Amino acid sequence: MAQSNSKLLSTSFFLIPGIILLLTGMCWGIIGAFQYIIPGLLKSYISFERIRPLHVSSVIFWIIISAVGCTMYYIQEHTGKKIYSTRLLQWQFWLFVPSIGLILITYLLGIFGGREYWEFHPMLAFPILISWILCLINFVKSAGTLKKQPVYVWMWFTGFIFFLITYIESYLWLIPYFRNNIVNDITIQWKSYGSMVGSWNMLIYGCGIYLMDKISGTKKYSYSKIGFSIYFLGLFNLMFNWGHHIYTVPTFGYIKMVSYLVSMTELLLLGRIIYLMRKTVKESKRHFHQPGFRFYAAADFWIFLTLGLAIAMSIPAINVYTHGTHITVAHTMGATIGINTFLLLAVVFDQLQPIIRKIKNYDRYLLPGFWISNVSLIIFWISLIIAGILKAWWQVHHPEIPFSTMMLSLRPYFIVFLISGVTLTTGVWLMLFPIIKQYFTYPFHAKKRIASFQKRNTPLVTT
Amino acid sequence: MLRDTYKVMIVVLLLIGYAGYSINIYTDLPQENLKHNVQVEKGKQLWQSYNCIACHQVYGLGGFLGPDLTNTFSLKGPAYIKAFLQTGTNVMPDFNLNDEEIEAIITYMKDIDRTGIAAPSSFKLRLNGTIEQ
Repeated sequence: MAQSNSKLLSTSFFLIPGIILLLTGMCWGIIGAFQYIIPGLLKSYISFERIRPLHVSSVIFWIIISAVGCTMYYIQEHTGKKIYSTRLLQWQFWLFVPSIGLILITYLLGIFGGREYWEFHPMLAFPILISWILCLINFVKSAGTLKKQPVYVWMWFTGFIFFLITYIESYLWLIPYFRNNIVNDITIQWKSYGSMVGSWNMLIYGCGIYLMDKISGTKKYSYSKIGFSIYFLGLFNLMFNWGHHIYTVPTFGYIKMVSYLVSMTELLLLGRIIYLMRKTVKESKRHFHQPGFRFYAAADFWIFLTLGLAIAMSIPAINVYTHGTHITVAHTMGATIGINTFLLLAVVFDQLQPIIRKIKNYDRYLLPGFWISNVSLIIFWISLIIAGILKAWWQVHHPEIPFSTMMLSLRPYFIVFLISGVTLTTGVWLMLFPIIKQYFTYPFHAKKRIASFQKRNTPLVTT
Repeated sequence: MLRDTYKVMIVVLLLIGYAGYSINIYTDLPQENLKHNVQVEKGKQLWQSYNCIACHQVYGLGGFLGPDLTNTFSLKGPAYIKAFLQTGTNVMPDFNLNDEEIEAIITYMKDIDRTGIAAPSSFKLRLNGTIEQ
């Protein structure tokens, strides 16, 4: 009963707001895409410098708070005990989620901190920081020890700790020593961002591995040497490969060289994916009827594509072409939608089963939604790659052509990008809106929701 | 299965490496421009408060709706920048900046410009995959 209650809190506090952020964030993205096609659209009311952070922050916060919620839920399943403190979890929610709401309102009002990705006012960074510290305490106390723990617990520890480190680092620009020189500022900014992405990946991949253990009914991989080797390789890259973001910035040469060499170790991961491809396809066929696994398989496909592109972009001579083009956007979209979002959805479909089971004929939303979003994402991704290649050609070989002329030549690809963005959003709404609707209509009272959790057929504790 | 001691040792070694690398970068940062320049600072604050990076890039980092502005000061000159800032464009809003604010942003763009060249066409590619600026 107590465990169900605190697991329910993880769901209510983080997954539901996360899904709402994803759904609304994608709509902001559509408005932004329209502004690419129709220059000056809504300029007087909600111009692009407001739309972009609304879109970016909404989807980044979807990833972050859902990753936290999923981890907090699974750590309870893993240990078989309730979370260390539901009070801390409540504090974490009240500091984090309303701050996100406030951040989005400040964007609408045109109040910015003006840093790429963290575009909110630095004052709003404090509640998030405090919330994260509470979360770290709650997680560490709940997990207990690292002794004889599977790899996903190590990954969760790493994710929580490194997010804290890199989040603080991303605000070093408030100190004049780091801010007064643009090159120094960019170097530290992207040092923190590069590693921060790695930190939330640790949380999400950890949840993905836990879910796979749950589906397959074995923990062989989670304790294996190969599992831990891949974790150490991921940690190594999290710490040292961020320099590929700033190859063209006139900063220290050794940063670029270290990043280049470290990034190439990811070839081992790519090689492993290719080596295991046949087995992965076979497994996919076996478990494809399970919604969670379906998204896991989709994420696997996107890991392959995104990792291949990331490795290519980590070669400085190729990066010169791709940097500052829509190829970078394609990579980001592949990573945040194809990998992060699909992996999180796999976990969400596992954790929200009590709600999903109450939706009549949910498959008629889920199946079309799954295929529409995946096919749309491929078209979306390809249109960005083509636009990026054309921009790369322009910036390296024909910089004398005016920027506006080049942008006009990319218009057909932006139209495809917009249409596929709309269908992608439709697919995601199709899958997630019924869940949100169900959550808010039935059963609304917490006691009833707890009761519905207890009626679950599957056991709450798998270990 | 790896023993826990080995796992901890690997993580500790990586953490020591990360801490050392970070401290080295922090202490290595060029010192020449650390004198406080009020006008540049004000320009930077305005740049951030109007969220210019949402549409524009500096060294290829930022939004893609507008052009990269790293070297606009030396390539187009202050009058060109001033004209855009005074009225906006079909895409860029008019932020109703006063003369003092416009001058501060131009000074900041001049400060960015002197740090290097961002044009990808200026890079030499080497056979080993590295680049030379």
